[in-house]
Amino acid sequence: MDQKDIQDLIKLINKSEISEFKLKEKDFSIVIRTNNYSKNNGTTVVTSAMPQMMAPSMHAPAMAAPAASSANLTSAPKAESNTEENAVIDESNLVVYKSPIVGTFYRKSAPDKPVFVKVDDKVTPGTVLCVIEAMKLFNEIECEISGTIVKVLVDDATPVEYDQPLFLINPA
Amino acid sequence: MFKKILIANRGEIALRIIRSCKEMGIATVAVYSTADKDSLHVKFADEAVCIGSAKSSDSYLNIPNIMAAAEITNADAIHPGYGFLAENAGFAKICEETKIKFIGPTAEMISKMGDKITAKETMIAAGVPCIPGSEDLIKSIEAGKKMAEKIGYPVIVKATAGGGGKGMRIIKSPEEFEKNMESAQKEAAAAFGNDGMYLEKFIVEPRHIEVQIAGDKRGNVCHLSERDCSVQRRHQKLIEECPSPFVDEKLRKKMGDAAIKAAKAIKYEGMGTIEFLVDKYKNFYFMEMNTRIQVEHTITEQVMNYDLIAEQIKIAAGENIVGNRYLPDGMFAMECRINAENPLKNFAPNPGLIKALHIPNGFGVRVDTHIHENYMVPPFYDSMIAKLICTGRSRDEVIRRMRRALKEFRIHGIHTTIPLHLALLENDEFLSGSYDTGIMERFDYDTIEE
Repeated sequence: MDQKDIQDLIKLINKSEISEFKLKEKDFSIVIRTNNYSKNNGTTVVTSAMPQMMAPSMHAPAMAAPAASSANLTSAPKAESNTEENAVIDESNLVVYKSPIVGTFYRKSAPDKPVFVKVDDKVTPGTVLCVIEAMKLFNEIECEISGTIVKVLVDDATPVEYDQPLFLINPA
Repeated sequence: MFKKILIANRGEIALRIIRSCKEMGIATVAVYSTADKDSLHVKFADEAVCIGSAKSSDSYLNIPNIMAAAEITNADAIHPGYGFLAENAGFAKICEETKIKFIGPTAEMISKMGDKITAKETMIAAGVPCIPGSEDLIKSIEAGKKMAEKIGYPVIVKATAGGGGKGMRIIKSPEEFEKNMESAQKEAAAAFGNDGMYLEKFIVEPRHIEVQIAGDKRGNVCHLSERDCSVQRRHQKLIEECPSPFVDEKLRKKMGDAAIKAAKAIKYEGMGTIEFLVDKYKNFYFMEMNTRIQVEHTITEQVMNYDLIAEQIKIAAGENIVGNRYLPDGMFAMECRINAENPLKNFAPNPGLIKALHIPNGFGVRVDTHIHENYMVPPFYDSMIAKLICTGRSRDEVIRRMRRALKEFRIHGIHTTIPLHLALLENDEFLSGSYDTGIMERFDYDTIEE
């Protein structure tokens, strides 16, 4: 196994839910432990999907995979790459709705009107979440999934940039 | 003077502009794609706005997002750098309409010089020499011969539908005309299905020598002498030097005056460059005008001891040009463009992680770059990662300094063109100072040591 192979292996393991990986060859052995290792109390998890694996497969910790149908939707950081989010399992379900453009974020269509959405509101594809104004043009940002608003991440009349998180949505 | 400038660019030029702004007490806004979120220009600027995903069309060419970024940060001017939107007349127009100052010429000036035919007509009308050629297709061998006499041999006959060097023949004398014309036509008919031909003067041993100019609102124009950019591979510049080893005082005066004429003809505002082709007999011809700051502005800065980006900003803010011409006066400078490419594998682009880096320094050495140790060179943009500029009191001194600096420049983790530059700095043709744009065709790639 050369250095490139090892680098590839580490990348592959980091992307997976594995917490510890051991490989023994004739004149070479390697043990890789990820951030998940201590959380899982030393349980070794190996999946048979890995082509370099030689150990028998075991169950990986169950993870919900939220729907992400557009470039602007992304799930909250998954446990295998970021240990902090492990604490609350529910948060891994949430969808972070990000801004597709640059501009000023408004929660209402006009100052005297009500907000488009608030916490606990149900949304469906097509629900207008907010308006982002740029160059005197008002762009209505429509939701693309079904779910419930969990949190509004930006204050009214605040500038936002591309990919800035705007809402946390719990998909239905 | 502007209070806040948004830099609509990335990499080394964004850093360059930010640095001058800081010295002038102007606040800066960086814009960046998601691929550049950890980039130095983002860290150096006072504010930064993410404007899109990695692809240039989604970010650095995304006019609505860039204008929105200027709006939400209250920038009063935009510096476009080079490339991207720097010569986009539409973008300049939008800036004019939204009252955000585009640091550069007006949209009209950009359009005028952007169209090759209009540019040539404008130059001819202004008395700037252009490459003599036939206006229309050649109607017969006799008509062609007459035209060639008028232009002056040697001439080159070119296919109007042509490209890739096909359907072209160099004709050195009237005796050779008929057979070369027919041979070119046959080739053109076979390659493009069109045997229409036109004539142009053939520039013998062409040198690409450009003159830096600056113009202000009141119609004052000055020139800052020339740069020799003949060392090119596939029209990409590799090394530039100032002054040109081929240009003497007499030629400098003629070319400088022609460049000023060219700029005045369109009432040019801002920093610009007039590109000329110069033949071995020291005849020079207008090629095109670049209505922006150029990559190699650095060597003029070193020789003239002037911050050209600061000058650009001052002109845009309404200040006047001072003086008519700036001459090299005993100083010499050279720039090597360092690209993330493997010169031994046909210049294959080599994005990737820079694992270890040592940037050369010392007397007379300047490096304009955005790279650092652990920087991941992204695959989405131009492969140029650094500019190494050396200055000295003779061409010899500059060459010795450049060799030293190149050897000191260590970039580990990716292939770069540093070995190519080291080989070029030992190349006889380059060292002689008498080289033309064919130099890289004659270059022996076996002289490159990895």
